[in-house]
Amino acid sequence: MLITGGHLIDPAASIDAPMDVLIRNGRVAEVGLRGKIEGADETAHATIDARGLIVAPGFIDLHVHLREPGQTHKETIATGTAAAAAGGFTSVCTMPNTIPVVDSVEWIEWLRQPEREAVVNVFGIAAATVGSKGAELTDFRALQSAGAVAVTDDGKPILDDAIMRDALVLGGELNFPVVQHAEDTRMTEGCSMHSGAQSFRLGLRGMTSAAEASIVERDVQLALKIPNARLHVAHLSTADALMSVRRAKREKARVTMEVTPHHFVLTDEDMRDYDSNYKMNPPLRSASDVEAILAAIADGTVDAIATDHAPHAAHEKAMEFERAAFGITGLETALGLAITRLHREKGIPLSRVIELFTAGPARCFDLRGRGTLVRGSVADVTLFDPKKKWTFAAAKSLSKSKNTPFDGWEMTGRVVTTLVAGRIVYKA
Amino acid sequence: MTMNPARGSLLGIEDLEASEIMGLLKFARTMNPDKPRPLLKGKRVLLLFYESSTRTRSSFEIAAKSLGAHTVLIQAIGSSIEKGESLLDTGYTVRAVGADVIVIRHPNAGAPHVMARHIDVPIINAGDGLHEHPSQALLDAYTILRNKKTLKGLQVTIVGDIFHSRVARSACHLLSKFGAKITLCGPPELVPDIAITLAPGIRGTRHMEDALRGTDVVMLLRVQKERLAGLRIDLAEYIARYQMNTARLKMAKKDAIVMHPGPIIRGLELTSEVADGPQARILEEVRNGVPTRMAILARALGKMRR
Repeated sequence: MLITGGHLIDPAASIDAPMDVLIRNGRVAEVGLRGKIEGADETAHATIDARGLIVAPGFIDLHVHLREPGQTHKETIATGTAAAAAGGFTSVCTMPNTIPVVDSVEWIEWLRQPEREAVVNVFGIAAATVGSKGAELTDFRALQSAGAVAVTDDGKPILDDAIMRDALVLGGELNFPVVQHAEDTRMTEGCSMHSGAQSFRLGLRGMTSAAEASIVERDVQLALKIPNARLHVAHLSTADALMSVRRAKREKARVTMEVTPHHFVLTDEDMRDYDSNYKMNPPLRSASDVEAILAAIADGTVDAIATDHAPHAAHEKAMEFERAAFGITGLETALGLAITRLHREKGIPLSRVIELFTAGPARCFDLRGRGTLVRGSVADVTLFDPKKKWTFAAAKSLSKSKNTPFDGWEMTGRVVTTLVAGRIVYKA
Repeated sequence: MTMNPARGSLLGIEDLEASEIMGLLKFARTMNPDKPRPLLKGKRVLLLFYESSTRTRSSFEIAAKSLGAHTVLIQAIGSSIEKGESLLDTGYTVRAVGADVIVIRHPNAGAPHVMARHIDVPIINAGDGLHEHPSQALLDAYTILRNKKTLKGLQVTIVGDIFHSRVARSACHLLSKFGAKITLCGPPELVPDIAITLAPGIRGTRHMEDALRGTDVVMLLRVQKERLAGLRIDLAEYIARYQMNTARLKMAKKDAIVMHPGPIIRGLELTSEVADGPQARILEEVRNGVPTRMAILARALGKMRR
């Protein structure tokens, strides 16, 4: 397969130029100037005309909920990965808060069985504690050997200092990232949105920034002290928590972080009329939090954009705001929102945006051979038109669920073709 | 699939124009429960109460009957709601039964708004969580205007549990739209600093003396023990600092009136002397609830004429 005529942006290799990519046996065989790859015509059985398109390493989403095992009425690995492919993601890392919780080698392996009919690569993140109950660590070593890329109790933060320390110590010994959903749930009981003027006006109890920042700060303190500890802060949403991560990075702690598109596109003021498609955790924050996140994206502090794709059935959302499930879908809107908001509105270079979808997340979880298209890497490729204006229609989403605040949004930048190991898995 | 709220819905005060509010208040003055008008003859008013209520429920019921409507009361306890029926399914059901208007009280903020997006009859918010209680604000404005000439420039002091009060939120929106000067008074747990951002013309203070001096209207609120959710309020200290008693009432203007949406807890937010004193308008508020809600129901079904 030869991808020819496109503009290659591969931040890991510092390439931002018109280049062809030759794929052989599911790997990148050669990258070269347009029409200059020797023998390309003879060895490529097929050609993709990428004129006018950006050719990028396949996108990696560090944070998705595909709901399997257990909640197939919301999503399955098959439907979720189809949505991922449509959004340009060739690898997704699945959260373990399923039913049952993915806390064993058996379940990590189950995720990758062919019966799941995954369209893109699925990397399991295992529970950090047994049943995500926060009491007893899972068998990190065995889970890592079985292919888990990280551990987390996502949705249920690890509050106990000793357990979090133990997790970081063991993770450090194994070079295994511990992912934290940072929320002091003792401070957020009954809360359904961000605490501020808007929550007061709407009569909704609000989650304070401190509930996130205090846990991030605690975790950073631990990570600074524990040799080799690897902490990954999931969906960071507040300026206060960002300060802790910045300090950790300055002091060379192995701390990484992700942000979601909705946290750099929307604020708490956007939630009106108690529309539960604006309800997620962490919640939409204040305008100043969004500004802080945008600055951190621009200056390199943010490592990855992750969607926190969290599908829910219509009946789990069409109810009282305070009772509705937390979470929104995000796989198919991430690139459009990122290009529109970060590149077009904020002037962040396209190569930096792509880094956040590729090299950045690959580094966070050590996904070797992914997130780049240098010779020899896996031929996971995303081709997109950075100038294409389009309107997202939730009804046409490939996800089983349609819970998104972005229905009907016009955005710029659309995925055209997605390849996994050299095979086309999505075509617009 | 969602839609706009049906015409005639009353979801909150915040989104109403001052002219609409004034129209409703004037219309309410033409209403008299002792002289029934069959404006809603044959109509069905569904009262959907997910929370307990004495005043609001009986007042809506009498208002509806005074206009010739049938009323059906559905309470969470003793209905399918107890069996786990969702808000919207209950809404679809009462609509199918033949409701022409739904009056809903609910412990969750925004429940009437969710209902209004899915059900094609007017929805009247009879109190939603901590959010709004528009009929209460309207009857309070009605009451104030029977005692004071105008709302413009009027000094109104609201004391107590603002954070948990839908009455306070609706009152602030309404009074602000007419240029009243609003002072919120209470401890930080109950009157957070952010409260003054609710509408223009609101200030906050922690001191009763500061709050009461020169005020025309004192609105007292109950400490809502059932909604405190972990907040610890030292009631003895609250009484010492914020209870309305005869001595404190003297700091207000001589002709100041005392209001309270009820239920009142004697000996807590106010003394019996104040509750039963000549300046209290607490029972007048209850009485005024009926014509006000008659006007709200008639408006809901397109019968508002002046």
